[in-house]
Amino acid sequence: MKVLVAVKRVVDYNVKVRAKADGSDVDLNNVKMAINPFCEIAVEEAVRLKEAGVATEVVVVSVGEKPCQEQIRTALALGADRGVQVETEGSVEPLVVAKLLKGVVEKEQPQLVILGKQSIDGDNNQTGQMLGALTNMAQGTFASEVKIDGDAVSVTREVDGGLQTVKLKLPAIVTTDLRLNEPRYASLPNIMKAKKKPLDVFSPADLGVEVTSHLTQLKVEPPAERQAGIKVASVDELVDKLKNEAKVI
Amino acid sequence: MSTLVIAEHDNSTLNGATLNAVTAAQALGADIDILVAGAGCGAVGEQAAAVAGVNKVLVADNAAYGHQLAENVALLIAEVGAGYDNIVAAATTNGKNTMPRVAALLDVAQISDIIAVESADTFKRPIYAGNVIATVQSADAKKVITVRTTAFDAAAAEGGSASVEAVGAAHDAGISEFVGEELAQSDRPELTAASVVISGGRGMQNGENFKLLDGIADKLGAAIGASRAAVDAGFVPNDMQVGQTGKIVAPDLYIAVGISGAIQHLAGMKDSKVIVAINKDEDAPIFQVADYGLVADLFEALPELEGKL
Ligand SMILES: Cc1cc2nc3c(=O)[nH]c(=O)nc-3n(C[C@H](O)[C@H](O)[C@H](O)COP(=O)(O)OP(=O)(O)OC[C@H]3O[C@@H](n4cnc5c(N)ncnc54)[C@H](O)[C@@H]3O)c2cc1C
Repeated sequence: MKVLVAVKRVVDYNVKVRAKADGSDVDLNNVKMAINPFCEIAVEEAVRLKEAGVATEVVVVSVGEKPCQEQIRTALALGADRGVQVETEGSVEPLVVAKLLKGVVEKEQPQLVILGKQSIDGDNNQTGQMLGALTNMAQGTFASEVKIDGDAVSVTREVDGGLQTVKLKLPAIVTTDLRLNEPRYASLPNIMKAKKKPLDVFSPADLGVEVTSHLTQLKVEPPAERQAGIKVASVDELVDKLKNEAKVI
Repeated sequence: MSTLVIAEHDNSTLNGATLNAVTAAQALGADIDILVAGAGCGAVGEQAAAVAGVNKVLVADNAAYGHQLAENVALLIAEVGAGYDNIVAAATTNGKNTMPRVAALLDVAQISDIIAVESADTFKRPIYAGNVIATVQSADAKKVITVRTTAFDAAAAEGGSASVEAVGAAHDAGISEFVGEELAQSDRPELTAASVVISGGRGMQNGENFKLLDGIADKLGAAIGASRAAVDAGFVPNDMQVGQTGKIVAPDLYIAVGISGAIQHLAGMKDSKVIVAINKDEDAPIFQVADYGLVADLFEALPELEGKL
């Protein structure tokens, strides 16, 4: 069984991103970039499926500018076999990413596609579901457990009320939640080996997809700042403040 | 202009998140219909018809929609939604699961998690864990939108008198099936709707210690939440996670106990009216957003607080 994993290059999760002073965009100058944490979980899951003898090949794909090859190499160092970059310019909307991924799905014919549930930059939580619609595949989103079972996959999902389990016909799509696994660290020898693994580059045109834009970002701004609060010296003072000053209890 | 709001429900009760979505939909300035897709969901249709400001309720009652499987429900929404300018749902796990599928079927973008409607085609939404608010304009003729419920007041659940119509469309994609669910049972208010929330973090040390929050929650009528670290460590279940990638809450009072205040946690609670932090580390970042900070060992502070409420 071939598994396709999609990964995105994003700002490292420890960075507190700010809007540029002129409000034109976020300021990403000199910030640390990394593989989106949910995508890292997706890679780990695919590699575990391979180690368990369920998957035979793990292909990792990223849509983005040239530097996203770093994140593909990271995924290869974690154990993926082969990389695909779809080279695009600037930011690409989830619908277009999904169309490009559909093109890769048609080329690669994977039985399972694993993506992160959201990327921590745009916080959209859309791409996996859109890919599902475009390929007519079933989707197990926000997964905390994935079990391949013949020609189907059982996915336990983290939902508002608790957990839900669904059974999907393969080929299918899974999007990861935080509890699916704890990704490993790449070892130095594996990082070296990853440099030699194959990485193919396609253009959107190669995949027959036109890159369109449906949304325009008019401006960005900081959120409303909270007023600095005070430290209370005791539980008594806290209760008094909540009762008599904030009047919330 | 017309807007279709997708009802969030469990086949018997209309979930309050729908009422927030209706308010967001009203801001779009169009007539509002509600679609109830489910199985044996007639009662929900009646509740939806009572919501103030709703024109018409469409009920698609079919076994294929009983568990909100996105593969089936998205086909229905795309078909029914074809006649509308806007399709709106609350950004619950159901909304997040289904709506992007609808958008892709209709070949339009989705605008996720909006917090404000600037005009019929322009919206505000948080990005980068809420550290930045983006204003985005959609060029699509049809808009597919999910709504951050904490950013919009609930529409009145009573007072409306919408007509109710059955929708025959039966879509079973036949590629997914519901196997089972483990839903949290609690007498407490729902986390995202509670007016008081008390959350525990890694500082709680184990699941047993979360009982220290129970007595306080009882006295305040609070819901209990948690940080990711507390969920990952298995102290409490996933449905309690507050944050960028968990639930978004904005109660009148949020009490963070043994939580450091990582940006991902703040993203889920910093719009609360009053924030209290109890942490033994006086430099914990949570104090930067807290209205009232108590530097203390939680194992001493919590029993004392319970006693004094
Ligand atoms: C992709 C991604 C998504 C994430 N999404 C979320 C999310 O949705 N929600 C979320 O919460 N996090 C999220 N996180 C995790 C986040 O970055 C932090 O790791 C997490 O919030 C930390 O939880 P914590 O504050 O409980 O633990 P810690 O950071 O370990 O803090 C524990 C705190 O408890 C205090 N403490 C310890 N003992 C005591 C005591 N006896 N008395 C008083 N205080 C005590 C300590 O001083 C410390 O401040 C996400 C991370 C990533 C990478």
